[in-house]
Amino acid sequence: MKKLSPPRALLTVALLLTAAFLICFGLMRGEFMRVLSKAASICLECIGIG
Amino acid sequence: MNVSESGEKMHKKIKRIIRPLIQGLSALAFNLNLTGFASGSIYTGPLKGVCVPVLNCYSCPGAVGACPIGALQSSFAAIGGKLAYYVLGMLLLFAITLGRFFCGWLCPFGAAQGLLHKAPVKKLRIPKCIDAPLRCLKYAALFVLVIGLPLLARNGVNMSSPYFCKWICPAGTLEGGVPLALANSSVRGALGGQFAWKLSLSVAILALCFFIYRPFCKYLCPLGAFYGMFAKLSLYRYTVDASACTHCGACAEVCKMGVDPAREPNSGECIRCGDCKRICPTGALKTRACFGCEKRNLTQKGGNE
Repeated sequence: MKKLSPPRALLTVALLLTAAFLICFGLMRGEFMRVLSKAASICLECIGIG
Repeated sequence: MNVSESGEKMHKKIKRIIRPLIQGLSALAFNLNLTGFASGSIYTGPLKGVCVPVLNCYSCPGAVGACPIGALQSSFAAIGGKLAYYVLGMLLLFAITLGRFFCGWLCPFGAAQGLLHKAPVKKLRIPKCIDAPLRCLKYAALFVLVIGLPLLARNGVNMSSPYFCKWICPAGTLEGGVPLALANSSVRGALGGQFAWKLSLSVAILALCFFIYRPFCKYLCPLGAFYGMFAKLSLYRYTVDASACTHCGACAEVCKMGVDPAREPNSGECIRCGDCKRICPTGALKTRACFGCEKRNLTQKGGNE
């Protein structure tokens, strides 16, 4: 099996880890509730009223 | 016609209907709150805190998840302009795993555009000198309307607006605005000039779909732009078997997104629809879903040599 060049594969892994870190960090800061509170009410700008 | 030929024909037919089937199912899955369309209200349960990987307005009466572009802008636009680590992480995760596969296979608005393009009218071929700069618009939408203005253009109380949602997003108008206006009299009573602008733009985009394949995805979608930036690093990728490719050009000819898969299989414009793989007479185009491990003799083009 031939592998990708290490920097590219490493970059992919690093980005995956970054994504996991960002999600966990955001969840710890309570961002899930912030997204939920915004998404659970009608966004007037989105529908073209606000 | 012998048995193997008819079997192959059937196999190709099944492959052709799989994508529309998955697109229909995903549109339903992302918009399962069907009663909302009748009541003119939206779903408010805990799932709404989870970002979906596609442009599906969370103000759509059916939506059961959060649109990542809307969630990102609303976080930036909130008092104090907070960075949305959770949403950015979700976006990065989607981009690195399947990337624009989400556009080609799961996005309801992309599917609607593709459906309109099936209408039997003469298709427009945009000259490259116009097409190429127009494709940069989606990056401008991402960096200016989704990130820049909501973060920087603050008002007196340090708040901003979700500029892309407010002035451009046709998904918000068509999936959220129109159904809510039809079913909810208070929403209907509040409609004004901004809604008229957004509705006109949305209708124009839908009309363009008859002549141009997925014009919104090609030229305006900030989510497609974000995924496209990571296309060369995504786990789900296309590869070209250099020993099998005859450079016949069939893949580039069939690609409705204007990509030449034999030259650049992991282009940021490719939505992974798979038309090129189906048309390839030698089976040189292949899908890989891994950290880049490949069989011998496969040349991974598109920035990996």
